[in-house]
Amino acid sequence: MSLLEIRSLTHFFGGLRAVYNFEQTLSKGELVGLIGPNGAGKTTVFNLVSGFYQPTQGEITLVGKSILGLRPHQVTAMGIARTFQNIRLWNTLTVFDNLCISQHHQLEYGLLHTVLRSRRFRENEQRVIRTAEQMLDILNLRHYAMEYPKNLPYGLQRRLEIGRALCMRPALLLLDEPAAGMNPGEVDELIKHIKWIRDEFKLTIWLIEHHMRVVMNICERIKVLDFGETIAEGPPSVIRENRRVIQAYLGDEETTYA
Amino acid sequence: MRRFTSAASYSLLCILLIAAAHGDWINAYIQIVIMFIGINIILSSSLNLINGYMGEFSVGHAGFMAVGAYITSVLNVWLFTSSQVFGPALLSPSSAILLFPVTLLAGGVGAALAGLLVAVPSFRTRGDYLAIITLAVNYIVKSSIENMQVIGGARGFMGMRGVVNSMQDVVNLPWTLVWVCTCVGATIWILYRFVNSTYGKGIIAIRDDEIAAEIMSVDTQRMKMIAFMLSSGLAGIAGGLFAHVLGYINPGTFTIMKSTEVLVMVYLGGMGSLSGSVISAIGLTLILELFRPLQVAKWVIVPLLLILLMLFRPEGILGNRELTDVFPRLRRWFSLQERQP
Repeated sequence: MSLLEIRSLTHFFGGLRAVYNFEQTLSKGELVGLIGPNGAGKTTVFNLVSGFYQPTQGEITLVGKSILGLRPHQVTAMGIARTFQNIRLWNTLTVFDNLCISQHHQLEYGLLHTVLRSRRFRENEQRVIRTAEQMLDILNLRHYAMEYPKNLPYGLQRRLEIGRALCMRPALLLLDEPAAGMNPGEVDELIKHIKWIRDEFKLTIWLIEHHMRVVMNICERIKVLDFGETIAEGPPSVIRENRRVIQAYLGDEETTYA
Repeated sequence: MRRFTSAASYSLLCILLIAAAHGDWINAYIQIVIMFIGINIILSSSLNLINGYMGEFSVGHAGFMAVGAYITSVLNVWLFTSSQVFGPALLSPSSAILLFPVTLLAGGVGAALAGLLVAVPSFRTRGDYLAIITLAVNYIVKSSIENMQVIGGARGFMGMRGVVNSMQDVVNLPWTLVWVCTCVGATIWILYRFVNSTYGKGIIAIRDDEIAAEIMSVDTQRMKMIAFMLSSGLAGIAGGLFAHVLGYINPGTFTIMKSTEVLVMVYLGGMGSLSGSVISAIGLTLILELFRPLQVAKWVIVPLLLILLMLFRPEGILGNRELTDVFPRLRRWFSLQERQP
């Protein structure tokens, strides 16, 4: 069975049609890209999948179960984690706390246990700390554990954000422009890391990206959006040659030479 | 052993205070000032949970205090004393000594339920708009009490002296001071443990970025509800104590002025700093008392001090740090339950 299935997803912002008849199927372990010019509706699709918006029409199912009507933290608990286009780390909490708090949905205790520091509290807390520590090592950020995210260099902040999403142990990871603002060296590193993360954590990754080098290098399939509509889909080699894609990105040939 | 140093030193301090009060080494005036300090510590540290840790702007803390004060007072007077309003005592006055904490807790629960009046709107709105809602709740509480003639309306409610006296008749101890000390300790204990757990830090995540918190697995509605109910519940307990220290309460005490006083303590001490709230509650209460001889001029000088502080230290005395961050040596004496990798 496919992991994520999106059927005829449509979303309006008032009179603006942001996404129209969007379809996508992701199988386990795939690495799929979503591209398109600015304002094409890519982030809106992610916001719909993560439960931040409720679609006007359509169906989204994760392993056969509908996620419509769920609040974002419930969608997260079902196994969809994401990062943001503009980094949204918690800046007054340490790097370590950022990694801990993203496991909030796995805590099995409440206020009473917190105050009494019961055994259940200690066990849960230990588990959370262990996961965060492992993630610090994986991300190579142990040195910065007690630092505040805003003091980290940009590339590390991106890395931390991915790590924070991985701490939730998701089945599906949505990356919203992970290479935005990175220099070519950092982009190369990111390409390596994304592939490694997919294999290591046995994840499905769906990413939005503007850097063609990233998309063409790592995605197995790509879908192209323009003005909310799907204009092309297929493997990178096909997308690269597609006339409508080139048109959407570079403009019409005739108008260019007119 | 270090685990217990903070609890042990606080208990020692309380025992000394109670002994001093019991042996009349400190006069009644100083006792009352000490109890007000304790009540202000509860109020400021509980408000800090909302304004400091969660980053909302609540200006109606006195409203919840009023709910607690009235529920506790009415219960106590009704159960343990013969009054004109409620007739003869329902239970024997001597049982007050056992049931007083229960009534105090009932006041806290009542105030926590009143806190829902703010918690539920907070799901949909925040910032300035929520501040206006908290202000409205404060007025709703005050006006409702003013219009309840059974409990005295605008004239106020009294008879709590009798309850305190009947407790002292059984065991001769300064009971109000005992309960103030206990509640201050419990408040700090609860809040400290709450904000130093992964669970409680969810509310700090809400302050930093609510959308990220919700998408990153924090149930923001639930956490907001817990924060508002915990904060207003503690304010209600402070209100119950306040009523029994003074022996008389009226709705006029619990206006926006009282809320502002608590707000000032929170900002003076530093948002998101428990030790800051404690220090500023002690400091401000003392300063207000010391300047009492200045009479009206006090209300010029104290605000002036505030203006100066905000100019030169806008983040408050401690900012969002704790005392142990400023003086790391303290850690040697007090083991903290902080998580470190």
